[in-house]
Amino acid sequence: MNALAPLAPGGVSANSDAVFPFTLALLLVAPLILAGLALINTGLGRSRSAAQALLGNVSIVSIAAILFALVGAAIAGSLSATGHAFHVAGKPWDWIGSGSLLLGGLGTATGQAQLGLLFEFQAAALAALIPWGSGADRLRLAAGCALAALVSALVFPLTAHWIWHGWLAQLGGNFSLGAGFIDPGGAATVHMLGGVSALAIVWITGPRRGKFPKEGLSTAMPGHHVVYVLFGSMLSLVGWLAWNAAGAILWLHAPLSALPVNAINTVLAAAAALLATLIVTRIRFGKPDASLCANGWLAGLVASSGCAAFITPGESIFVGMIAGIATPLLVEMLELALSIDDPSGAITVHGVAGLWGLLAGGLFAPQPGQLLAQLVGIATLLGLVLPLVYLLFAVLNRAVPFRVDPDGERIGMDLHELGGGAYPEFVIHRDESYR
Amino acid sequence: MKYAGLLLMPAGFFLTIAALVLFPDPLHRGIFILCALAVEGTGLGVAVRGHMASRRESRP
Repeated sequence: MNALAPLAPGGVSANSDAVFPFTLALLLVAPLILAGLALINTGLGRSRSAAQALLGNVSIVSIAAILFALVGAAIAGSLSATGHAFHVAGKPWDWIGSGSLLLGGLGTATGQAQLGLLFEFQAAALAALIPWGSGADRLRLAAGCALAALVSALVFPLTAHWIWHGWLAQLGGNFSLGAGFIDPGGAATVHMLGGVSALAIVWITGPRRGKFPKEGLSTAMPGHHVVYVLFGSMLSLVGWLAWNAAGAILWLHAPLSALPVNAINTVLAAAAALLATLIVTRIRFGKPDASLCANGWLAGLVASSGCAAFITPGESIFVGMIAGIATPLLVEMLELALSIDDPSGAITVHGVAGLWGLLAGGLFAPQPGQLLAQLVGIATLLGLVLPLVYLLFAVLNRAVPFRVDPDGERIGMDLHELGGGAYPEFVIHRDESYR
Repeated sequence: MKYAGLLLMPAGFFLTIAALVLFPDPLHRGIFILCALAVEGTGLGVAVRGHMASRRESRP
């Protein structure tokens, strides 16, 4: 077991002069994850929707930043030490933050709180961005923006407060469950939330036209630019190294000396996952599948977010390997067996791999009771957040219809929504060419 | 059917909360939480089946 235990006594605070600039620097590199995911979301969609997809990514990040600053940070309690709590069985249940709207109190907040706010800003944007790829080729830009507003202003802040400040974080003190629910890199707050949001969007929006014909197997609709996807994966690694390190400092008070192991674990998890996916797809299809390998790599990174800060390198390889084996099998199962059309694979890559990372954190953490704390957190995301998200999205779908009309889907989102394609000099294939 | 599954899932969540409040003993608490997760898993399974059934009916 690594010397770094969650919330170890004697851990460092980001308030200190040495740690503050270092953590700030990490958080300024971390947005590379957003750039990487934007490329992946675009590359896994079709060429006739590429410009709309990338514009959607940028719009979603913009809306998430503004809405989180206006409302979300107050609900998340990013800058306030305590939140609103009710009492059951003599224990406080801190369920919502008590911050001020419009980032009130930012100037007088401690360094730790300001850095935590910056971390949550990026986490809000990531959580809103992940489901966008699942709605590729049929989710309207206006609907994507409305979804981003809902996620960043309400759903993400509430979840973030529970996990990083509120009742889930306090499970250790209140119910003797290890160090409470641990999620240093946002495996639950960002990725599981993004995954369940993606599932809700796919359920509400339905599959792409022609994806599941009445007779025969589902139609293959490969991503249009696998180079975008693979480059986005590489870009994400750089951001992820910074993100996991910043999360360990902010939420686990990890000393700087523990960060190299954290970074090594992040790389090992991704590498093991990629190799596992490569081998599985080689066995399954006869040749390695490039876009599934990128998904496997991402799944390893997502799983590392839940546990890289406090596991050993050997355990990290195991965590990545399981994520890499599960990813291609689950992507195939969702499409072929469960009729779920998820172009970016976000349900598997973010939802399931995030769940696995959290579970692995419970399995390998040194504190007794940590596994139960992780299970309570997972139960909250699955049992409460998924139905809540589905309900909210279904209501939103009434006001802002998610799905483009059939004609728009046929000509492509670029022409329909933007009036011009991403590749005007290219010949666009007809639907029949995919069969 | 999908809505029945989505209603079953919060029931599992509240069982988890009940386990925290009612059982101080880690063994009983753990078993109860696992049962609650099984309820949530059943709810998710029912919701997925509901989705599949509705897809099958609306295929072109």
